[in-house]
Order: sequence, then structure tokens, then C-alpha cells
Amino acid sequence: MRFKAELLNAEEMRRALYRIAHEIVEANKGVEGLALIGIHTRGIPLAERIARYIREFEGKEVPVGILDITLYRDDLSEIGVRPQVRETRIPFDITGKALVLVDDVLYTGRTARAALDALMDLGRPRRIYLAVLVDRGHRELPIRADFVGKNVPTARNEVVKVKLSEVDGEDRVELWEKEEA
Amino acid sequence: MRHLLDFQGWTRPEVENLLDTARVMAEVLERPVKKVPALQGFTVATVFFEPSTRTRISFELAARRMSADVVSFAAQTSSLQKGESYKDTLLTLEAMGIDAYVIRADSAGVPHQATRWVKGVVINGGDGRRAHPTQALLDAYTLLEALGTLEGKKIAIVGDILHSRVARSNVELLPLLGAEVWVAGPPTLLPQTLPGARLTPHLEEALAEADAVMVLRLQKERMEAGLVHLQDYIAHYQVTEERLRKAKPNAPLLHPGPMNRDIELEGTLADSERSLVNRQVRNGQAVRMAVLYHLLVGKER
Repeated sequence: MRFKAELLNAEEMRRALYRIAHEIVEANKGVEGLALIGIHTRGIPLAERIARYIREFEGKEVPVGILDITLYRDDLSEIGVRPQVRETRIPFDITGKALVLVDDVLYTGRTARAALDALMDLGRPRRIYLAVLVDRGHRELPIRADFVGKNVPTARNEVVKVKLSEVDGEDRVELWEKEEA
Repeated sequence: MRHLLDFQGWTRPEVENLLDTARVMAEVLERPVKKVPALQGFTVATVFFEPSTRTRISFELAARRMSADVVSFAAQTSSLQKGESYKDTLLTLEAMGIDAYVIRADSAGVPHQATRWVKGVVINGGDGRRAHPTQALLDAYTLLEALGTLEGKKIAIVGDILHSRVARSNVELLPLLGAEVWVAGPPTLLPQTLPGARLTPHLEEALAEADAVMVLRLQKERMEAGLVHLQDYIAHYQVTEERLRKAKPNAPLLHPGPMNRDIELEGTLADSERSLVNRQVRNGQAVRMAVLYHLLVGKER
């Protein structure tokens, strides 16, 4: 793979997430009934950061859950590899809550679709928002994000790499290109 | 791993990975909707040449909770030409498009043979006195839940070791996770050797400082065959509150079921706090869901 460009540096990422945190509270008219759900892997630290920012400017705690969508993937009967199943831990009742699904990149929309199905099996939320750090286009399903850090037009042979200090040791979003086969 | 027949050739990371998946499945079983779509489009057949309601129900529920379709075949085979009828049965099912077969048989090796007859995945649901791998996996899961780790832990298995596939599979699996396994029973019900375990005809020796105790069911057939006298067995091998004082304080108690209260185990112990029997049954479903996921997903179809 060939490196093409830096899409966000650490400071830009912080600002984007801070803005998203504000937009979430504004859309929900406060933090009443609000909860964040981070999707494995990088959605989890992103959800925790957004919760921390909301705590900073609202002085209120927003619960954070973690969701693994593996068992809800639509390609388990066709893929040649077995994805690792990971933990789902949502330590609060989601029924009646306004949930914000948090993920790093929105691409085909299939992960978000799986996440919606998974959440519906866990309860009946009042509504579900979708927040992503990067929307790179190429949707295959009628899904859109409510809160977006950065919209990036991409080609299908490009890869968006989100690096987070909690997982990767640094905060940075990069655009890479797959080499021609 | 393509099939689950026994633990020959298994590595510790493979077992631990499977048990990690089982932990996720256990969480699924706590949800209001105890079902995930993971195995939609797969068909699982339970093929029980030897009857066993509990194991069959556990496997069928596990498959259904993963959204697989389930068919169940229970056979009474003639004692003649068994090899042939096992094969015919499986080939008939194969023609119906089965992805995984859970096979229980009274003779050892039937699941192994089945892997040569069918293209699908084969899961050993217990064959003769040879192996019962999902029972050992649920025992390992339950022990880990109770003890945190099996590294350096002494596990005592008590009863009819000679005829027990549960004992054999546990003796294969638990040492892989770092446990030291002792088996105890009357000399007539102990094998000559059992690689992986320390054998003793003295119950106290197996129980001494044990971190957990697994009690096996004493089959009526063994008494009828004259291998053991009931009163002698109770006198020397029944696991009682009194005898458990030799083990670590509050060492948990496991039993694969169904229990003969007051024969292999003092009846009141079965309902005591240290009994993990109900956890075993619950964990059995989670472990079987994990086995189905590991064997079916990612497989060439």
C-alpha cells in the first residue's frame, strides 16, 4: 500500500470530536436519556472521548457501552475466514434511551446495519443516531451518519486508516492507496 | 480445526480462543432476545445413535440460538451391521444438505469414521468410552469461571474412570490449560494407564488439597456386571461433605449429570453452594454455540 495523504492530525481530530460532542448534546437538547455505544475496535475509544468532552462542558456523565457486531455480519456464510467474536458490554438498559452509535469510518454502511440489528435485540431505544469520525462514501445500503468528523471523497482502491492513541499510539487519520494487482 | 472429535493435536491458544468465544455466547444467553443471526443459512443435524436427551437438547438449542436450521435424527440401530447403518444414515442426511453433524454413538470411533463419509463438519457428541469433547470444554469453562485459572490447579475426577468418556476428554483437555488432573476410583473401574492423569485407588489421595472435584455417574450396568458392589462403592468412594474436608476449602463440585444422589455423591452436596452443576448445564449451551461458530464460519462450502 502507498501512503497518499494525511486527512486529520491530532489537533484536527480533537476539534472534530469536540464539535461532534456539542452537536450530539444540541440534537438531543441536553444529555437527558443519552448514551453512547462504541463499535469495536476504534469506535470504543472514540465514544469514550466524546463522553469525556460532554462531561467537560456539560458537567454530566453519559453512559458508554461497547458493541461487537460480528455475530450480525451479513457475510458470515460466505467469507473464507472466521472473524474473532468480541465482547459486547452495555451496562445499562437501552430501552427508551437516545443512543449514539460511534464508529471510526462510515463506508458501505454494512457495519451500521449490523449494529442497528444488534441493538434492536438488546432493547427498544427511543432513537438511534450515528456518529463517525470519517465518512468516505460508497454506501451500499440506505444509511447516513447524523454526526460526521470529516467527509472524505475516496476511490474504492483507497484505504482510510484511523489511528487512535489508545489503540495505535498516536492520533492521526491517513489515506492510503492499494497497489494495482 | 475442521472437526471436533477429541483434543488430539489441539493447542492451548486454540482452546483459549474457543473459550473466549464461549464467554461472548454466554453474554448472548443473558440478553432478552437470546438469539443472533450468525449461522443463518447453515443446517445442523443432531444424529444420536445412542439416546441422550440432555446433550441433544443442549446442541439443538445452541444451534437455534445461532439461527441455524436444525434437524434431529435418533436411531435404534441393530447390533449387526452397525458400521453399515451408521454410514447409510449419514449419507442420507448428506444428500439433504447438512453443514454440521453432531454425532453421538455407543461405539468409539463413529464420529471419526463419519468424517470420511460426509463433507460436512463433524462434532463428537460422545462416542463410546472414548471422548466427549464438548462436555470437557464446558467443564473447563465452568472451572475457569470458578477458579480464574487452571494453571497449577489440582482437579480430582472421581468414579468409574474406566468407562468414562467424560473423564478421558477432561484428562486430554485440562492439562492443556495447565491443570494437574488426578483420577480416583475402585481398582476394577480404573484403566491401567491414562496419559495426562495421575491414577489412584485411594479417594483421599485424589481429594487432598484439590482445587475442584468432578464426580462421575456410577452406571447401574457396572454393578450388574459385578465390577463393583454398591455398598462398597458408597463406603469407599462416595464424595461426602466429610471427605471433601481434604480438598481446598469450598473447592467447587462438578458432575456431568444425571446424578445418582446418595450413590456417587452425598445428596445434600448436590444442592450446596459449592455445586456448579447448574452452571455446567448453562455453560454447555454457550460452549456449543462457540464450537458451531468456530467450525462453521469461514469454512469452504
